[in-house]
Amino acid sequence: MEKQVILNAKHLELTLKRLCHELIESHNDFSNTVIVGLQPRGIHVVERLKALLEDILKKDITCGNLDITFYRDDFRRRETPLLPSVTNIDFSLENKDVILVDDVLFTGRTIRSGLDAVLSFGRPKSVELMVLIDRRFRRDLPIEANYVGKAVDTLLSERVSVEWKEHEGEDKIVLYTKESNE
Amino acid sequence: MNSLSVEHLIGIRDLTREDLDLIFKTADSFKQVINRPIKKVPSLRDITIANLFFENSTRTKLSFELAEKRLSADIINFSASGSSVKKGETLVDTVNNILSMKVDLVVMRHPSPGAASFLSKKVNAKVVNAGDGTHEHPTQALLDAYSIREQLGSLEGKKVVIVGDILHSRVALSNIYCLQKLGAEVMVCGPKTLIPIHMKSLGVKVSYNLKEALEWCDVANMLRIQLERQDVKYFPSLREYSMTFGLTKEILDSLSKEIVVMHPGPINRGIEITSDVADSDQSIILQQVENGVAIRMAVIYLLAAQIER
Repeated sequence: MEKQVILNAKHLELTLKRLCHELIESHNDFSNTVIVGLQPRGIHVVERLKALLEDILKKDITCGNLDITFYRDDFRRRETPLLPSVTNIDFSLENKDVILVDDVLFTGRTIRSGLDAVLSFGRPKSVELMVLIDRRFRRDLPIEANYVGKAVDTLLSERVSVEWKEHEGEDKIVLYTKESNE
Repeated sequence: MNSLSVEHLIGIRDLTREDLDLIFKTADSFKQVINRPIKKVPSLRDITIANLFFENSTRTKLSFELAEKRLSADIINFSASGSSVKKGETLVDTVNNILSMKVDLVVMRHPSPGAASFLSKKVNAKVVNAGDGTHEHPTQALLDAYSIREQLGSLEGKKVVIVGDILHSRVALSNIYCLQKLGAEVMVCGPKTLIPIHMKSLGVKVSYNLKEALEWCDVANMLRIQLERQDVKYFPSLREYSMTFGLTKEILDSLSKEIVVMHPGPINRGIEITSDVADSDQSIILQQVENGVAIRMAVIYLLAAQIER
């Protein structure tokens, strides 16, 4: 596997700050807005966004985690059943502006399941999508993000991994490529 | 571990400790789901389930039906009264007729012990035992253990007494297997005539004195006297039974510690348990019913995951 760092710690922080300001631009003071991170990896993005937004706006931002296991369309197409992670959305999404957050947008299938899952918490006023990495031209479904950290062109065989200081020891986004002679 | 070691749920006896943990973990997620505004997930939308009840049931049948609907499965219901069974059709024929309508999973309650196991060997579908005679009632034991775990944090080292008609109870047998696999100690208590002689070989303590049993335990599971399964008289009168083995507020208050009271239903108020105990804060009877749906969702979800497309 060849490794290529797409964003290092410094750039990742800049990107997150920019995304926060983009969010504030369209959501003003977040009075009707909630942020929902998709399990398992989207929730780490939300942790950072929440801290940054609260620092800028000086107020609490409502955030939750959403598990989409039971809403996936590949149940029984995988070898083993998918074990669910925790959902904690202890607020109603009825009539709220919801920002769905995930780390990488690839085929769009997770987001489709996420939309289904969000609707079981009520009927939101609007749903938007924010992703740190958009793997362009790789969609199976007509889904696009409203806020993108960085768009990258990748091959199907490649893998993008978003890593965090708290969990993997360092903030960075890495592109893994199979070596050409494989 | 993220799949079950068994292909059908016939009895707790066949399950491993890992299976139990997996079912509980999955049930935790489903319990969240059934407390949402929209209590339904689309996981099983391409699965058809037949509920075959050859014996009366209210709670279990409703609970299974609701669990299946919450998973978006298509369901058909069948009860023995008013069916071809009365006209002399065999079990395998009845079930195969239903399966030819492309059913993937069968939930069955039957008065004969071993019926579910027999069926699982004869038909090409997943089988979930919803009670087979006096043998096992696995989902009841799972939801009982799950409710205790929710109440006390874990079952490791906990003491559970099962009181009443042990001889005719599938709930008792499944509970014994389940609680022991989870590290709990089990005692049975009741009139000598209603306690099978082989109990000690299961590693279960036996007591014929309710007060003594309750002093020992953390949890008391009160069973109903199954008059419909009793062909001879096992005790002089129901009144005498309830005076000797009925759980009353006075006995409960006289204990040195507060215990958890359970009942698998249906309750015969005033016989095995008085109304004030059944409705008290120590009783978790209604939590058991709620957890029943989550547990059954988990079991069906995990079995359905094994069905090949």
